[in-house]
Amino acid sequence: MHINGVQIEDTFAEAFGMWGSRLIVTGDDLGWARTAAEAATGFATSIIGCGCEAGTNDLAPDEQAPDGRPGMAALVFTTSRKNMEAQLLQRVGQAVMTSATSACYDGLVAEERVKVGGKLRYFGDGFQRSKLLDGRRLWRVPVMDGEFVVEESFSVVQGVGGGNFFMMAHSLTAALAAARAAVAAMRMVRGAIMPFPGGVVRSGSKISSRYKGQTVSSNTPYCPTLRGQEDSALKEGENAVLEIVVDGLSEAAVAEAMRVGIVAACLPGVTRISAGNYGGSLGKFRFALRELVST
Amino acid sequence: MGCIACAALALDGAGVTLTRKESSSIPVEADSICPDRFVGLGPTEIAALPVFYGRRKVELGDLFDVEGVGADNVTVSGDLRAVKKIGQGMSMGRVAVTGDVGPHLGAYMSGGEIVVHGDAGDWVGAHMSGGRIVVQGNAGHFPGAAYSGEPHGVRGGTIIVGGDAGREVGGRMRRGLIVVLGDTGDFAGAGMLAGSIFVGGRLGGRPGAGMKRGTIVAFGEAPELLPTFRYACSYRPVFLRCYLQSLEASGLLDGRVLPDGEFRRYVGDMNSGGGGEVLVRDQSQ
Repeated sequence: MHINGVQIEDTFAEAFGMWGSRLIVTGDDLGWARTAAEAATGFATSIIGCGCEAGTNDLAPDEQAPDGRPGMAALVFTTSRKNMEAQLLQRVGQAVMTSATSACYDGLVAEERVKVGGKLRYFGDGFQRSKLLDGRRLWRVPVMDGEFVVEESFSVVQGVGGGNFFMMAHSLTAALAAARAAVAAMRMVRGAIMPFPGGVVRSGSKISSRYKGQTVSSNTPYCPTLRGQEDSALKEGENAVLEIVVDGLSEAAVAEAMRVGIVAACLPGVTRISAGNYGGSLGKFRFALRELVST
Repeated sequence: MGCIACAALALDGAGVTLTRKESSSIPVEADSICPDRFVGLGPTEIAALPVFYGRRKVELGDLFDVEGVGADNVTVSGDLRAVKKIGQGMSMGRVAVTGDVGPHLGAYMSGGEIVVHGDAGDWVGAHMSGGRIVVQGNAGHFPGAAYSGEPHGVRGGTIIVGGDAGREVGGRMRRGLIVVLGDTGDFAGAGMLAGSIFVGGRLGGRPGAGMKRGTIVAFGEAPELLPTFRYACSYRPVFLRCYLQSLEASGLLDGRVLPDGEFRRYVGDMNSGGGGEVLVRDQSQ
């Protein structure tokens, strides 16, 4: 199968179950809301080293933040509910609460919840006050620019982490152009995030190493500079590979993000689109590339 | 279905209709006019429910024509000015009242909705713990307040008054929201323990006297506060926007707007710990 002359490999991306939360972060203007949301989702590229994976979404055009101010959605994914509470406490406490004019609300509706505002409120040193509005408890924590409003608890849902695809290209310039186009298209899909810098990862990994104690190492078969030294997965004329990793609040969100990303990435200079998997033995979810782009 | 007009439309459907047979100034204690009491009953059985007419115990059917079935929607009309306790203790369903109604409307209610297309007497929603009361006209004294001798009043739910309200709005309230779009009498929020009172018009004298916690918001003209309140700052409260957003989305304000903006925050009552607040909208905006 080819799209615009780019080969879509007959393979699949293997993904895993994760816990997901969605925060609505607001500010006096969109700039401050974005600043707070991006701070909260910073250093959250990979669960391996960061404790969570996170990214931002624009709010849907018909979605209004609870306080009616400009807002952004911050999506956070972890491997357990307990980790989610720890991550949200740190990220809302250290990145959102500290951001000027910010407020933070639960952006999902689910039975499973983790306490965030209910713990951060103690920062108010006894002067915190709560309001119960439409069944949601909001904490007002006094801060130096007024009050930080944060919801008592946040919903946690079972999501999907680790959707992915690779873009092989003749040149780094072509790979970058494809990645930019793909990420721009994927960012329109709400409920999915690409946690790596700019939505793109260049340091793909394999789960083995020649060093004892090192569990993952560079994905050497896809490193163009090692062709000739190592078994290479690259074809003649392929000189750069970039990967996009996708996490989503649902399987459908990941599938849709991958679909639009793959289609958008099929630009001149790109040779192949492939995906990473472990033979289907580890992950619960499989995203077959050809099936995705056929829908 | 949140707005007053929508609620009225819904009530045009199947349900029980009670029409007062004749006017009288003799008080009627009609706590049996309550959706919870109508569940599984037909018109004849509803008409047999007891009410007090003055000091005489009579049947509901002696004073009202009763038609229809369906506890979810109850419509009450006629001269109701002396009819007390409609919807008292209700936990579900909707009651639409056409015309002016007497005191204690929706007292102790815990759920459901009452809409009054007219004025309501004293003690609207006294001690309510949930649900919603919308009075399109004026309300009397003590809406959402605690009865004498009781430590706290409203513990939840929402009361919206489209017109003016009398004195001691939300007296000793513990939780919940009371919105008066018009003016209020004196002592709004007196002895308040928590919860929120929004006043769209002129806030009466001595608001929040003795309040421990809770919020009184004056969107319109406000009096000089008691000396036991201290000015804190002028700011834009974000939490207030959440309320306004929610009220606007629910349609409960019937298209009217409580304006956001800059508010002066006063904390008090210092005689009661000072954990409460009165927010006064800056009228120069």
